[in-house]
Amino acid sequence: MATPRALRYTGREIRIWQRLWHGSIFSGLAMPLMFLGAMGWGLGGLVDQNTGSVEGVDYLTFVAPGLLVVGAMQNNAGGALWGVMAGHKWMGGYHAAVATPLRPGDVFAGNLAWAALWSALMATPFMLVAALLGGVPSWWGVLAIPVAALCAAAFAAPLAAYSATQDSDVSFPIIMRLVILPLSLFSGTFFPLDNLPAGIRPVAWFTPLWHAAELARGATTGSIGLGSAVLHLAVLAAFISVGTALGVHTFTRRLTP
Amino acid sequence: MSAAPVPDRAGTETAGEAGGDARPGALVEARALTKRFGSYLAVAGVDVTVEKGEVFGFLGPNGAGKTTTMRMIACVSPRTDGELRVLGLDPRTDGARIRGRIGVVPQDDNLDTELTVWDNLVIYGRYFGLPTAEIRHRATELLEFARLTDRRDDRVDPLSGGMKRRLTIARGLMNRPELLLLDEPTTGLDPQARHLLWERLYRLKREGVTLVITTHYMEEAEQLCDRLVIMDQGRIAAAGSPRALIERHTTREVVELRYASIEAQEAAFARLPALVEGNGAERVEALADRLLVATDHGDATAARITEGTGSGSADGDVGPAPTSVLVRRSSLEDVFLRLTGRTLED
Repeated sequence: MATPRALRYTGREIRIWQRLWHGSIFSGLAMPLMFLGAMGWGLGGLVDQNTGSVEGVDYLTFVAPGLLVVGAMQNNAGGALWGVMAGHKWMGGYHAAVATPLRPGDVFAGNLAWAALWSALMATPFMLVAALLGGVPSWWGVLAIPVAALCAAAFAAPLAAYSATQDSDVSFPIIMRLVILPLSLFSGTFFPLDNLPAGIRPVAWFTPLWHAAELARGATTGSIGLGSAVLHLAVLAAFISVGTALGVHTFTRRLTP
Repeated sequence: MSAAPVPDRAGTETAGEAGGDARPGALVEARALTKRFGSYLAVAGVDVTVEKGEVFGFLGPNGAGKTTTMRMIACVSPRTDGELRVLGLDPRTDGARIRGRIGVVPQDDNLDTELTVWDNLVIYGRYFGLPTAEIRHRATELLEFARLTDRRDDRVDPLSGGMKRRLTIARGLMNRPELLLLDEPTTGLDPQARHLLWERLYRLKREGVTLVITTHYMEEAEQLCDRLVIMDQGRIAAAGSPRALIERHTTREVVELRYASIEAQEAAFARLPALVEGNGAERVEALADRLLVATDHGDATAARITEGTGSGSADGDVGPAPTSVLVRRSSLEDVFLRLTGRTLED
């Protein structure tokens, strides 16, 4: 059976990563690990002395899944914005692909599949280190790896769709500073959402990051109920689906005008 | 001077073909092919037929609509109006199938420059769903064809422009296409690289690959194309073989005259037509830096000009003498000038 067209495109991204993996290993893995050391282990000591526990677990256990999904979001937001612009404008790799039986939608989907795969690749050693430090009490924690992949795709899909409509990257740093950075800080990642004023808590409910953080934490602590897990998954799936529908449209307009 | 392009069709080769239905042997068949971007009409009703085994060219200046036409044929830009068949199929409904059977060499080599020469061929081969063993076999063969075998494991980035272009051509041949589309294949290459590329394209032609090229180099069009259309402002100004186009639209030779100053050139331009009349000379055209006299007897016309102008002449108001006089054969450039009043480089 022939490889699905989207995955043929993913093959290109995999090959590029095989050659240039060192370019993204710092932001993808080293950075989250440093944060895990500084916050989970260093800062966590102080937190645990003062509070005993956060939502019933030590701070390292609380923050590890938060750092995991924040890393997945940040890296893939940047990758979707600048990476997609490189593909359609700066380097032209997408144009080469759509001159073959691949369609713009295949390029979009293959790219998204790669974002998810790369995030799972980065999440695996991260989770291993977190487990070695004692931050993953439950074996269900393995499922935090696919959650990171879903979180990556939930951000990559709409942002890639947006990037394909842009002729320059001037708006990208603004998105990173005004959307991605605040989300990183206030989505129940580094401290529970309950610590925020009640009035702004609902904002987090509409972002994929909070749902991903809750899912990942539910997995590492093994404490999530089936109902909430399904709800969180549904929100992530909705972001991926809507982002994909938009992306197929914007990629088609951009690549085959 | 005015082009009056479309009506002037009688006797051209496409007009002869246009009468009937789609011909079974035609690889590309376009009728009134039109492309609009918003309010901008990029291609304004183009008729072309590309036959199996020929080299077909779109010659014209930048912005003439060549690339847009090519992109429609390549099934990466949907047509706004008109009819188009590529390999007998409709790009609207069979785009992916057609793309699987044609090769494309875009104007800018959109290679993966951070990857190796080999990687580029393998990745592209996978896009067609080819089995790995077949990809390796073809890539090895095409590296030989592109004279890049010794650069197989090098990154693409530091390769010369000519090498990159040859790699892009090799890449476009990975699916063994029946039809290869090349958009400005030698633009930006030095003469040596250009000639090597032409030689490779000849070889493809001998092997039976049908080639469609766009170019704004008249020399390239004359060298490579069996038949071509001259495009201007989204329309076809003329169609035929290079030789037929020259015979039909211009004289056998051209005398190029250069003058010491713009004023001198203008003064000469005002007086020359009267001087060169007869002698087979048909008309005088003014370019920014020279005058062109179209004539069937270049040497006689040139002699008439050197003898009849400047202080050496016995007559009174004869105009300035040119600083240089060059007699050459007419080219497609002259055909284009005749049809549009502009040069290809404009």
